[in-house]
Amino acid sequence: MTRLFAIVVIMTLVTFFTRAVPFLFFSRTKPPAFLDYLQRYIPPVVMTILVFASYKDIEFTQTPFGIPAAAAGVLTALLHIWKRNVLVSIAGGTAVYMVLIRVL
Amino acid sequence: MESSRSGKRRVVLAAAFKASIPVLLGYTTLGLAFGFTLVAAGLPWWMSPVMAIFIYAGAAQFMGIGLITGGAGLFEIALLTLLLNGRHAVYGLSMLEQFKSAGKWKPYLIFGLTDETYGLLTTVKPPAHVEQARFYAAVTALNQSYWVLGCTVGSLLGSALAFDARGMDFALTALFIVLLVEQVRAVQRFEPYVAAFAACILALFIAAPRDFLLVALLFATGLLSLLRPRLDGRKPAPASTQGPQGGGEAQ
Repeated sequence: MTRLFAIVVIMTLVTFFTRAVPFLFFSRTKPPAFLDYLQRYIPPVVMTILVFASYKDIEFTQTPFGIPAAAAGVLTALLHIWKRNVLVSIAGGTAVYMVLIRVL
Repeated sequence: MESSRSGKRRVVLAAAFKASIPVLLGYTTLGLAFGFTLVAAGLPWWMSPVMAIFIYAGAAQFMGIGLITGGAGLFEIALLTLLLNGRHAVYGLSMLEQFKSAGKWKPYLIFGLTDETYGLLTTVKPPAHVEQARFYAAVTALNQSYWVLGCTVGSLLGSALAFDARGMDFALTALFIVLLVEQVRAVQRFEPYVAAFAACILALFIAAPRDFLLVALLFATGLLSLLRPRLDGRKPAPASTQGPQGGGEAQ
């Protein structure tokens, strides 16, 4: 119980901190050019890493050979490219994943 | 309450609600998935609304379930939250100007700067004669109410129904994929993706599994620094598509 409480407090503070950082440090001075450069290219980098991390622990050598995660992931991306509706993409991908892990 | 004031409030709320409908659909659904996953992992149902109200970060909350049940240390939890939500600092950088005159709303606007709220605030315009900060605050508060609603109903349903939620945590992977597709639309250069992929492969061999995210991000940032002459040499043309990202870049 105390641990749950501590975790919520820490995650709350850290999340707020990440959102407040620019306002704390750069409300008067302009961010240095290098930071401005990083802020443009860090988001694609982080999202690539997070997608990679979601797949890195999957066993591709044992049944079902990672097929559910791979197929559902491709479907999510295609749905999003096609419809560009966050809800449709996530619900569709997750539903297909939930079905595949039960039937394969 | 003065009638003109409450009338104006209605105008602001109506405009904010209309703008936030896509998030209403997305947040209630993803919140439901979160609530189900949380209860299925053995956590008490009320942790879902508590996390939605205070932490208010979808990806971090999903990750939090795994960290709580996996017995992660507090420092590790802080570090991973920092890494996962670091992208939000980037959003703030491009909202510095817009939030400058937000006054009393500013702390809440900053607190509520999620992926989707950022996307909305950079694309929608407040109605005429409405103070921008009030409109922003209304959009942010509505978005959070959708998230809290979804998370609460999800965990209540999850504890009431005998529902096999196995695999519902794929919603987090799907969310990352969606965000990546959005990035590919906004940043149409191949180098950052290749650099990140290379950093992941390196981290896979070098880092302990629990340090993977941190090490991969460090390598990738290093590679990005090396790529600066190449990427910055030509000013990146704003993506030609009307994406939700990149619209608010302060120049």
